[in-house]
Amino acid sequence: MSVNVRIPTPLRKLTGGADEVVVEAVTVNEMIDNLEAAHPGLKARLCDDAGEIRRFVNVYLNDEDVRFLNGRSTVLKDGDEVSIVPAIAGGC
Amino acid sequence: MSESIVRALKCRECGQEYAIEPTHVCEFCFGPLEVVYDYDKLQGKFTRELIESRPQTMWRYKELLPIDGEPTVGVQNGFTPLVRAKNLEKVLGVKELYIKNDSVCYPTLSFKDRVVSVALSKAVEFGFKTVACASTGNLAGSVAANAAAAGLESYVFIPHDLEQGKVLGAGIFGTKIIGIKGKYDDVNRLCSEVAGKYGWAFVNVNVRPFYAEGSKSLGYEMMEQLGWRAPKHVVVPMASGSLCTKVDKSIKEFIKLGLIEDNGTAVYGAQATGCSPISKSVKDGTDLIHPVHADTIAKSLAIGNPADGYYANRVIKESGGWAEDVSDQEVVDAMKLLAETEGIFAETAGGVTLGCAMKMIESGRLPRDESIVLCITGNGLKTQEAIIDAIAKPRIIDANLKEFDALAEADGVATTDK
Repeated sequence: MSVNVRIPTPLRKLTGGADEVVVEAVTVNEMIDNLEAAHPGLKARLCDDAGEIRRFVNVYLNDEDVRFLNGRSTVLKDGDEVSIVPAIAGGC
Repeated sequence: MSESIVRALKCRECGQEYAIEPTHVCEFCFGPLEVVYDYDKLQGKFTRELIESRPQTMWRYKELLPIDGEPTVGVQNGFTPLVRAKNLEKVLGVKELYIKNDSVCYPTLSFKDRVVSVALSKAVEFGFKTVACASTGNLAGSVAANAAAAGLESYVFIPHDLEQGKVLGAGIFGTKIIGIKGKYDDVNRLCSEVAGKYGWAFVNVNVRPFYAEGSKSLGYEMMEQLGWRAPKHVVVPMASGSLCTKVDKSIKEFIKLGLIEDNGTAVYGAQATGCSPISKSVKDGTDLIHPVHADTIAKSLAIGNPADGYYANRVIKESGGWAEDVSDQEVVDAMKLLAETEGIFAETAGGVTLGCAMKMIESGRLPRDESIVLCITGNGLKTQEAIIDAIAKPRIIDANLKEFDALAEADGVATTDK
């Protein structure tokens, strides 16, 4: 499966400045591993030592937070859009 | 003014420090960045007398706000009343209760005028010409108004279904207002992507570390207005959880600088049940915040994925406070109670704060015989939809004394006629 991943500004140093990259993956987990293979250092930014997605990282699959889907096991399909977004604040 | 005591931006997770620039996340671990200061430089210089000699605005504490020199935006903002709530004390059966009333904050009637004046002053320092925000409404109005007064362009992004008062309250200022089909969390996500692409100062994205510090001024004022002391208990509404952490920080700073005694202040968080990921985490005894799909009339608090939730949770636990949540009906009831007892028309978030405080007084979490401050952060005129069906309608009569006499008699009102 080929998915488009949107890369947030703080991580673009690792993708040679690219704001979007294409990776092959069947699950979010595999997507992160394959991102790491193509752009070493990315996984450590996204995941903690246990491999869990960091508290301040949000991963959206076609506009839905993967925490509402199956987390890292969420299944991807061809042409999916994935966004990596740092948590930001508003309201009180 | 004395030299700035701002030292750096520091990652709250891994401690990595960064120069002062428009950035908000750690490049190493994605943790949020926070402004840190060299408080030692203020020792002996930042006194009660100095503060009291200054104009009554939030900028009387400017040494503790992260700008260089004098503010350029929102110079008049802040310094709202702290009201002793004698009538509400009787109703709730508590001894010492105060309302920090930011429903009358200048110029847009919410505490957001505090954070925005810091964010936009900083944006001007950085050389930005356009400012922007993701907002549940209050922030949009404040960014639009303060940007207009400062001669800055602005874009504000809001959920498409906000209260009319909030949409109008931003649009009037000539801002470019964008309604997003989705919830606040969707708006937020879009904005973090927009912020990476356009060269704007997004007050709650790339200048957020500075923006968030503005909330501390609410805490500073509360302590000065209490006669240079901290309350035993302070109740704060929570959306992202930021205000909760900044009120706590303000108290710790005043203690560190010798401006007040440590009163062991406990911080309490208030949420609406339809969006209560932080209060749920506190009640469940965990520090894991599970994002939710928000559904409540308290739209200004409807952030399902609260960025500062983890830190708010920690502040509440470490200070000895607690968190609570209330139903939409309880929000409306509390809004009415606050208005009828103290003459303060708070927005829905104010109903959340009072409603949760009442619940915590009943449950014994908030003691009845110690000082309590409730932080009211926005104005009810902006959220009229929430209570329109709960308020008595005017009784319509002709301009005829006999008709009024009949009505007064029905009310049991005596006349002065002999």
